[in-house]
Amino acid sequence: MTHLIQLHEFDGGIHPPENKHQSTGRAIRTAPLPDELVLPLHQHIGAPSRPVVSAGDSVLKGQVIAEPHGFVSAPLHAPTSGVVAAIEDRQVPHASGMSELCIVITPDGKDEWQPHQSLCAELGVDDCDDISAADLVRRIRECGIAGMGGAGFPTSVKLSVGDNRIDTLILNGAECEPYITADDMLMRERARDIVRGAQILLQITAAERCLIGVEDNKPEAIAALEDALLALHEEHHIDVVTIPTKYPSGGEKQLIQILTGREVPSGGIPAHIGIVCQNVGTAAAIADAVDIGRPLISRITTVTGDAVSDKGNWDVLLGTPVSHLLAVSGYQPQKRERVIMGGPMMGFALPTTALPVVKTTNCLLAPTEKELPTNKPSMACIRCGLCAQACPAELLPQQLYWFSKAEEFDKAEQHNIFDCIECGACSYVCPSEIPLVQYYRFAKGAIREEQAAQEKAEQARERFEARIARQEREQAEKEAKRKARAAAAEAAQKAKKAAPAAATDAPAKTAATSSPELEKLQKQLDGAQAALTKTKEKLEAAKADPAMAEKVPVFEAALTKTQDKIKTLAKDIAAAKKAAKAAPAAADDKGDPNSPERLKKKWEMAQGRLDTAIKRLEQAEAEGSDKVEALRDGLEKQKVRVEEARQAWEAATIGQPAANAAAQGTPEPANDDLKRKILAQKDRVDKARERLSMAQAEGLDTVEALTTALSKQQDKLKQLEQQADAAGEV
Amino acid sequence: MALLTLSSPHAHGPNATSRIMLTVALATLPGLAVMTWFFGPGTLINVILAGLTAVVCEALVLKARKYPVGFFLKDNTALVTGVLLGLALPPLAPWWITVIATAFAIIFAKQIYGGMGNNPFNPAMIGYALVLVSFPVQMTTNWAVSFQMSGSEVAGLTDTLRAIFAGSADVADVYTGATPLDDYKHLISKETSDELLTRATFNGWLNGGWEWMNLAFLAGGVFLMLKRIITWHIPVSMLAALTLCSLVFGWDHDLYTPTWLHLFSGATMLGAFFIATDPVSASTTPKGKLIYGAGIGILLFVIRTWGAYPDAVAFAVLLMNFAAPFIDAYTQPRTYGHSKARRGLKTGK
Ligand code: SF4
Ligand code: SF4
Repeated sequence: MTHLIQLHEFDGGIHPPENKHQSTGRAIRTAPLPDELVLPLHQHIGAPSRPVVSAGDSVLKGQVIAEPHGFVSAPLHAPTSGVVAAIEDRQVPHASGMSELCIVITPDGKDEWQPHQSLCAELGVDDCDDISAADLVRRIRECGIAGMGGAGFPTSVKLSVGDNRIDTLILNGAECEPYITADDMLMRERARDIVRGAQILLQITAAERCLIGVEDNKPEAIAALEDALLALHEEHHIDVVTIPTKYPSGGEKQLIQILTGREVPSGGIPAHIGIVCQNVGTAAAIADAVDIGRPLISRITTVTGDAVSDKGNWDVLLGTPVSHLLAVSGYQPQKRERVIMGGPMMGFALPTTALPVVKTTNCLLAPTEKELPTNKPSMACIRCGLCAQACPAELLPQQLYWFSKAEEFDKAEQHNIFDCIECGACSYVCPSEIPLVQYYRFAKGAIREEQAAQEKAEQARERFEARIARQEREQAEKEAKRKARAAAAEAAQKAKKAAPAAATDAPAKTAATSSPELEKLQKQLDGAQAALTKTKEKLEAAKADPAMAEKVPVFEAALTKTQDKIKTLAKDIAAAKKAAKAAPAAADDKGDPNSPERLKKKWEMAQGRLDTAIKRLEQAEAEGSDKVEALRDGLEKQKVRVEEARQAWEAATIGQPAANAAAQGTPEPANDDLKRKILAQKDRVDKARERLSMAQAEGLDTVEALTTALSKQQDKLKQLEQQADAAGEV
Repeated sequence: MALLTLSSPHAHGPNATSRIMLTVALATLPGLAVMTWFFGPGTLINVILAGLTAVVCEALVLKARKYPVGFFLKDNTALVTGVLLGLALPPLAPWWITVIATAFAIIFAKQIYGGMGNNPFNPAMIGYALVLVSFPVQMTTNWAVSFQMSGSEVAGLTDTLRAIFAGSADVADVYTGATPLDDYKHLISKETSDELLTRATFNGWLNGGWEWMNLAFLAGGVFLMLKRIITWHIPVSMLAALTLCSLVFGWDHDLYTPTWLHLFSGATMLGAFFIATDPVSASTTPKGKLIYGAGIGILLFVIRTWGAYPDAVAFAVLLMNFAAPFIDAYTQPRTYGHSKARRGLKTGK
């Protein structure tokens, strides 16, 4: 408070009625013990924790009942002493109304603690300042602390900032949502704990300064914090910054912008710009964890709204049923009954009150219809632009709405829909009362699904290409072997002319040596591709989970790296293959794919397929099936293929004598060489066509590229044929 | 116990489309009053006639499209279209012009495109342009002269009604005349500016009442800005562009219409604050609005100066309507956390 902090304004924002006074009239009360506590294993963002107790076990207050699973996870502690009644699926507070595994505890009423101590005592040090950051983070993790402002991201994970140097620690005491006063009351009554939490966080992050941002509608809280700063002699390191009241100033990104003028890069985390941001409630919980060893087993929850007669803040044990808390607050069910967990802007309406209070439950709002009218039917968008003026993320909500509605998701993405923080400011001001945020949620969900589907198609394509590559590799190997044999035979025959022998010999060697190399490359490629798939999955999971957002860039970086690697490998393989292919082009053997026998077989096979196609078409026509069109198309294509196969065979039989002559060592006339080239080219065209039709069938986005590739191959073929014609005439 | 589950946000602000539209309609009242004062009751009758026609047409189309008529009529958008059209048409225009223009505006320019919010062009201006092109004689000769012009007095109610509904030519002859913009444009080649300004058309403070009408619309526009119904971008950029153009190209008043006449005559202020700002067909991004407004200002000057029409708000606005979606796509604001703004509609990174 000794420093002058230059405040910055964020764009947009709204001023909804605050409705905070209703619940600040009374001090925080301790909620009476309910009959049972229901503790979902997944109260934080990340992986659910794993139970370490079983039904029937007695537990003490503060005892670990579930261990974290994986890095992004948090343990769970018994909020009071009692017996584990069950470990079963119960409905949990989540917008989807889903059920998840919960530990149910029946309190014994004794509220008996398990032994716990401060970190100093545990480590046996005299001065808490000597404790290392690692030890502090470990304690925070052990105490199950997760962001208490709303998202519930495990705090220890948020504090692991990697190589990012942190210069500023921000404590979020803005509490900009209407109705909610949990942080306000906490700051008023437990300011010392918050400042103590800030000290610990400074110790961990080694930040130079700490800013506690509080909206100017909480003068009592600001005064209490300043007193606490003086009492703890922290007035030089920690500043309480009064910020103008404007929703959503308490959004992490907005608060950072207000206090520092910096913006968290899209898809990034605050640590990338040297900032760590924590909620004031989290800071107080950290102080408890470090100084007395108290895990996170309770929190402050505001119970408000005109449907409850006794509005105020409660110190609630986690797992307390919402219905219990409402009952002690004098809840009167209304006509259009609604209970919102969180505030009116971002909270979600509970499907039932038989749900527990969790680590992130900052408010239970039970409004009357008069207080918060349920949405009226929306009118058409008049493009008034009020939404854009209100958007704190500087998006164009109206455009996002049109794109989402028309399911033009690519355009929605291009208009940065994923930067929307779902604050609801746009819906709030929309004169046509369009539920804009609902549209964005829909669009985001659909885009994520689309991405997942694309991923699958991509994997299918990769598998397909890998198969083709494998087949080509096998072919190349065969040809190389054959080449080696042919070369040996040739050498034995002691070819009369040195030049052609040398010409055939050299590529044979390359082919022989390139084959194992190719295999090695292929193996590497397969490995890389497997890694790629895995990284993509991880990335997807991270993207789907807002709290994992911090990990996204890491995964993305890894992804690009792997992709680059695959690209280089693919290039190497292509080069190796070219070398391998150069060999067979000059030789002839029974294994030659262009030998007349093979070609004949090809022709016959094509003819067989044509017959089947005709039969199917007839059948479809008889049934009047709607596939007729498609089948007819297919038939035409097949006819062309048969014709090509026949021609190829004919060409080969004509070229045969010459080829035989070549095998006997006579130099090849240019004409024959050309013919062979034509055949090889035809083969390539076929292959390209096959790939294309495969891609088309699977609806891959490579269709276009493959189409151009096909036409290129066909052009080449034409050229060769023309050359052949010209040569024939000569 | 099943509770009502709705998606957030659960709170809604006081904004309502119907009220916004009503406020827009009310904000035209000063202008309407001034026009009635200077040019007689013709405009008032036009506004009522156009407003009624608009509401009736809207109701019929909604009914035909099987939409809840009451619910959508309440949004007051048809009313606004009618009112604006009534203000834009010549005060003594025959009734059928008003009806045709309004019906076309509502049925074709608005509802055919899918109704409110979906029309790419300003419906009122489409209706206006249609009758201007189809009935040039009635549209250009029926501008009532203001009582400030010497030798003429404003038409009374009976005469006005006769002119509008009975098409009495004698009334029209007595009470109509060229507008100041028209006069200046066509006579400046024959007279000097000083001579010209002694003509009856330019009697009064500046130009025979037109200045007061423009000031009244300016006042209504400022009211809308204060109410945060429109932003400053479009009017300011449009008027700035018009001013700049007329200062640069029209500095010689013996050749071109002077700046003050551009600003305070014709439909300039009505256009700047009420027509160009029609949200549905205008650009919506802050930067886009500036470009859009400036475009209208420039086109207005160009058509007024070198075009066939003495005033050109309708054409200038319609031409820029074409460009609005494109302008929007290329003037996206820089989103929080992005180093630069995105452009266009393509997804390419
Ligand atoms: S506030 Fe509502 S009506 Fe206005 S532009 Fe946005 S979405 Fe459309
Ligand atoms: S919900 Fe999204 S689009 Fe709407 S104002 Fe908030 S950030 Fe902007």
